[in-house]
Amino acid sequence: MNWFKKLKDGLSKSSKKVSESLASLPSLSALIGKSKLDAASLEEVEDALIAADLGTASAIRLATALKSHKFDGPVDADSIALALADGLEGILKPVAKPLEIDLANRPHVVLLVGVNGSGKTTTAGKLAQNWTAAGKTVLLAAGDTFRAAAVEQLQIWGDRTGTKVIADATGGDAAALAYRAMTRAIEEQADVLIIDTAGRLQNRSELMEELAKIVRVIRKLDDTAPHDSVIVLDGTVGQNALSQVKAFSAVADVSGMIVTKLDGSAKGGVVVALAEEFGLPVHAVGVGEGADDLQPFAADEFAKALAGVDRDDSGWAG
Amino acid sequence: MFDELKNKLADVFDGLARRGALSESDVDAALREVRLALLDADVALPAVKAFTEKVREKAVGVASMRSVRPDQQVIKIVNDALIEMLGGDSAPLNIATNPPSVILMAGLQGSGKTTTAGKLALRFRSRERKKVMLASLDVTRPAAREQLRMLGNQAEVGVLNEVDGESPTQIAKRALQAAKLQAYDVLILDTAGRLSIDEALMAELRAIKEATNPHEILLVADSMTGQDAVNTAEAFHKAVGVTGIALTRLDGDARGGAALSMRHVTGCPIKLAGVGEKQDALEEFDPARLAGRILDMGDVVALVEKAAESIKLEEAERLAKRMAKGQFDMNDFLAQIRQLQKMGGLGGLMAMLPGIGKMQKQIAAAGIDDRMIKRQEAIILSMTKKERVSVGLLNASRRKRIAAGSGTTVQDVNRLVKQYQDMARMMKKLGGKTGAAAMKAMLGGGMGGASGGAGGMPDLSALSRGFGSGGFGKGLGGGLAKGLGSSLANGLPGLGGKPSGKKK
Repeated sequence: MNWFKKLKDGLSKSSKKVSESLASLPSLSALIGKSKLDAASLEEVEDALIAADLGTASAIRLATALKSHKFDGPVDADSIALALADGLEGILKPVAKPLEIDLANRPHVVLLVGVNGSGKTTTAGKLAQNWTAAGKTVLLAAGDTFRAAAVEQLQIWGDRTGTKVIADATGGDAAALAYRAMTRAIEEQADVLIIDTAGRLQNRSELMEELAKIVRVIRKLDDTAPHDSVIVLDGTVGQNALSQVKAFSAVADVSGMIVTKLDGSAKGGVVVALAEEFGLPVHAVGVGEGADDLQPFAADEFAKALAGVDRDDSGWAG
Repeated sequence: MFDELKNKLADVFDGLARRGALSESDVDAALREVRLALLDADVALPAVKAFTEKVREKAVGVASMRSVRPDQQVIKIVNDALIEMLGGDSAPLNIATNPPSVILMAGLQGSGKTTTAGKLALRFRSRERKKVMLASLDVTRPAAREQLRMLGNQAEVGVLNEVDGESPTQIAKRALQAAKLQAYDVLILDTAGRLSIDEALMAELRAIKEATNPHEILLVADSMTGQDAVNTAEAFHKAVGVTGIALTRLDGDARGGAALSMRHVTGCPIKLAGVGEKQDALEEFDPARLAGRILDMGDVVALVEKAAESIKLEEAERLAKRMAKGQFDMNDFLAQIRQLQKMGGLGGLMAMLPGIGKMQKQIAAAGIDDRMIKRQEAIILSMTKKERVSVGLLNASRRKRIAAGSGTTVQDVNRLVKQYQDMARMMKKLGGKTGAAAMKAMLGGGMGGASGGAGGMPDLSALSRGFGSGGFGKGLGGGLAKGLGSSLANGLPGLGGKPSGKKK
């Protein structure tokens, strides 16, 4: 359960801000004894949510929902946070869905896509670690043939986790590599094939076309693959995440997401906006650089941490 | 980047422009939109508040001024405030009077430190003829040092050798020693990505700073960063005293509000902008240009700079001579298509053109993208040498063959041929013009270009015409800029044959 601690530690830096700013609502004292929020405090709730990267649309919606919320007791920072956490959990619960391997696929193909520096290669390594530890046979494909030393980076992850890495020299054709890796994985009857790809900005049509080609090539060998097409999102990203998910979905049929770097001060609140807009599953979160720092996404904990609910009674201390 | 913000501000000011005078409530209405747009552009709350306050103060005072159209005045105020907030003039890198200059790169994981270090090394070597050494202090991320070594080799600069078991601080000291002994001008220290809340790693960064006394501590930050940009920038600034910010991935479509946020909380200038994956894709950050893009005035300067860098003098002269003789064949056409590709393709160009922001959806809908350019290239490459020189040879059966050879349709081939003919005609017509008038038109077209651009569809051939008339005739540099300018100011009617073909 150490990820809860890490996520908690990380998120507490940020979620504190939400609860702190709630606690310091200037208009709050005037609310004592009342059971509804006034306009000024609503706006401040909205600001606090915006500061957590929820984006204006989601923030306004959540704050507006609070307006009609019937508070049981007097309105204070804690009760607002609790009500917010409820609202957030309602949005996030339907998308919390761990990445599961279907052994019938053999290989179950997981394609990792995303912009540069979001953490695809690290995530590939961590996934390999998790599944190898669970007794699965895993193959890694070093599909980032562009960035200098990306192949070496994945190779090191392969060595660490005892996973075979299919790779070409940097500069090779990524689609050809993917094809070769697919062939190998089918021959060897591997349980899982994880294909790492080069980071690409979603507005670069030629690079997105290259990604589309990788998907086409994979489907030549198994038209149900990739079984999971996962976009890796940097937890510090702002509203551009929406554009990323949209563009990558269009070329690679994204089926879910993994959010990385949530052990820092970033709130990852854009996940809420993404859940509302796309409803794509959030599979896991990255909370550190170690191989075991990739953990399933838990909607309730994330919602509580984001809203700044006092974690002592939230039951995630274990 | 900033396209949506640009669009939103354009909407606001469209509304203002329709009214005669600017009342306080007009300003408030505009500022509400500005606030939302800035927030949606990931500008952090404190920065948004500071900005809208500044604009409100100035704008309300303006309401009584009747001599200038109020909407224009507000645009100017917003623009000026944006430039001011982004940092006024562009700031150069600090360089030591006694070499080596030490540059320390710091930032979060995946912000682009190593790539930027490599780009910076190339820039120092190629533009300033400096002797540069790269040293990786990243002992955490697998293959990080390997990555920097490869980038250093590509940039043809020195790279500090690796010794196993050293701490980052030890490597830093050894690097400084080596740079001094081997008379390097610049030493660039790449560090491991770290979270601003990781106290141990921030202490390590301070130790590295103390050991090397850097002249420049660059915080490398992703332009896609959200509200956390403030926290990160503040924390790094507090810990090591950042001297400048390098903003990466500005070639993406992120609205880049992080630039304003970080600038606001640290007061540090944004010195560098990463604008692509190639190693030379690093530019000086120009606040005025960025503000111009926010206000939908286009990044014409970048376009012209890019053109000047991408287009070879010999090639320009060769074309100029041929045009003087009235020759312009498919080979020349091909050369121009390829130059466009070198300039970052259509996507890259579009982002820089005035008034394009609002049109991007239309453009996408019309199927105008880099693939179309690629197809055009394929069509020409499927012609025989003879055909390329005399297009008149292209009868139906030849066109069929070319279509088959290039994986296109006969219609595509016809379209290209028509486009070529239009262009050849234009070249003849424009051949004699000088660029001065065009330059004027371009400058005037800066703001007004938006309307011109919105009228017609952008036109590749118009761009090429621009090259042809002012540019190739006059040689490189200014002439080119003028040529480009003329076509920009013309509002770039009808890209290729395609959109106009659709209209017909």
